[in-house]
Amino acid sequence: MTPARGAADPSPLARKRARKRPGPDWLRAYERMLKIRLFEDRVNDLYQRGRMPGLAHLSSGEEAVAVGVCLGLRDDDYITSTHRGHGHCLAKGAAVDRMFAELLGKAAGYCGGKGGSMHIADQERGNLGANAIVGGSMGIATGAALSSKQRGTDQVAVCFFGDGALGQGLLYEVMNMAALWRLPVLYVCENNLYGEYTPGTETIAGEALARPRAFGIPAAEVDGQDVRAVHAATGEAIDRARAGGGPSFLWCNTYRYSGHHVGDVDRAYYRERDEERLWREERDPLALARAWLIGDGLTTPATLDQVHAAVTVEVDAGVAFALEADYPDPSKVDADVYA
Amino acid sequence: MAVEMKRRLLTTSKAVAEGIAQEMERDPAVFVMGEDVGVYGGIFGATEGLLARFGPERIMDTPISETGFIGAATGAALSGMRPIAELMFIDFFGVCMDQIYNHMAKIHYESGGNVRVPVVITTAIGGGYSDGAQHSQTLYGTFAHLPGLKIVVPSTPYDAKGLMIAAIRDDNPVLYMFHKGVMGLGWMTPNPRATGEVPEEPYTVPIGKADIKRPGRDLTVVTVSLMVHRALDAAEELAAEGIEAEVLDLRSIVPLDREAIVESVRRTRRLLVVDEDYRSFGMTGEVITSVVEGAFDYLDAPPARLALPDVPIPYARPLEQYVLPSRERIVAAARDLVAGR
Repeated sequence: MTPARGAADPSPLARKRARKRPGPDWLRAYERMLKIRLFEDRVNDLYQRGRMPGLAHLSSGEEAVAVGVCLGLRDDDYITSTHRGHGHCLAKGAAVDRMFAELLGKAAGYCGGKGGSMHIADQERGNLGANAIVGGSMGIATGAALSSKQRGTDQVAVCFFGDGALGQGLLYEVMNMAALWRLPVLYVCENNLYGEYTPGTETIAGEALARPRAFGIPAAEVDGQDVRAVHAATGEAIDRARAGGGPSFLWCNTYRYSGHHVGDVDRAYYRERDEERLWREERDPLALARAWLIGDGLTTPATLDQVHAAVTVEVDAGVAFALEADYPDPSKVDADVYA
Repeated sequence: MAVEMKRRLLTTSKAVAEGIAQEMERDPAVFVMGEDVGVYGGIFGATEGLLARFGPERIMDTPISETGFIGAATGAALSGMRPIAELMFIDFFGVCMDQIYNHMAKIHYESGGNVRVPVVITTAIGGGYSDGAQHSQTLYGTFAHLPGLKIVVPSTPYDAKGLMIAAIRDDNPVLYMFHKGVMGLGWMTPNPRATGEVPEEPYTVPIGKADIKRPGRDLTVVTVSLMVHRALDAAEELAAEGIEAEVLDLRSIVPLDREAIVESVRRTRRLLVVDEDYRSFGMTGEVITSVVEGAFDYLDAPPARLALPDVPIPYARPLEQYVLPSRERIVAAARDLVAGR
């Protein structure tokens, strides 16, 4: 399987709308993507050193999708995330230190140590929660969009899920309802080519984009390694949603650098090393962004090095904070079962 | 001068609908979604008349997509609304249990209290009218086993309205289970106990508080929902024989009012649990355990129970009537208990 290339350019409408909006802070987008990459590197490191319980699912390689989408959102817009959700949480503005603390099961974590890697919710930034059931948050995101409509706000909801979730019936129930009720929801499918350990070619019949289109939902295919392309396509969908135009569907071609989870190290039986190498060397979202940021004169190598240094300091501090933080007291185990 | 108060009588279904309507008037965040809740008014009348008052934006007919709209109810609740989602029959839980249990019931805990999920799931329970194995169950034991949900099971019009208002105002997911036989519907077997006095103004009945529906000294009958009616019928018959049965209506399964159960059994010294749910691993076992833990030394006889045998609910009338607890069977069990048989 080779990387998907040449995804469609943003449509004329998206380009026109994008011109009207103030341009995004691309350096900040780069910083967010880098933060996700370094965060995930440290998660893997903590796991390998036996400092982190559980089996986290890393999103390295998929940074441009999370950041490109969230770049177009406001703080009060909603997202729901997945088992592979660290990138979405960070892209929506979660703090590195409380994220690490949650992953280590510490009281200072986003969920007081009760949720862990797959359940980080950050209500203040509209993150309604990552979710460990494949496709499980599709109803929640759709309901948040329903809520926006009922409350008369122009908030939108973004539902992240992977290509593996196309096998879940819930998607077709909620796309039907979202189209019927013209809900401001954006379904973002991160097509990283594998559902756990099985390639999508073995699990997805027909044309994936024909599925949302069958419900009358506009659907676009995007190069998920290009943060600009993701941002442009998102902007078009978000504009439509805020204007009452209903749901959209984005199919983002991307790649999962790591295994299904941190323990999935020997992967040769289901995908080839050459494939992984190709994506890392030729389609890396950070390297691509770095190239055009410098090439277009938007920044300098020295500035990007400064960004790298600053993010490294932030991530290191976050790890140190989490390692030193206290575990929750067992006396709190039955708190929060009920509000 | 004595003023004769005019008693206002309502069926349970009208009491439920009135409770919902009053909360919808008070709080714009409350809305209803479900299959046939609009023009039809809910197939057991729980939302009758609401569409005309509140319109289709707040009384939403949904596709037959329980997973989808119950998931959406969770999302709407997380973002500022207070949805009431009707699961037409509790038996349909199988298609949407992931959304109820893995999401709605757990998110508050998983988030360390970050998020709240004020949803009411209304659902019809119970058999007795030959609707077969997929439309006749009660299943509250199945849900009560899972932490994170509250479960209310009213038996009277008064409790139904008060518990509905309490459920809507609660910040937790509440499963509001109404037995078809207590709703007072014209097409069901007539049930005089399904009509009762209901105050016009809004009021709450606290979730988690049992209620002594009939006091007695000789045994405690602990039960819920339609079986409260059966137990009251049985208690009248027993009284004629000199046996005074106390009928304790749990009203809520979660939280379970263990104190009220224990307090009653300490007085009467005998316990009979009557349940329309399956016998094993269910409400009867939990109530008896509470009494063994809290009133063991007070018992004059081993606790007894009547429940559905562990079989799917059969269709044929003689078979269904054979498995359902009845007035006659409650009377016989109470006699045996008091006689020490």
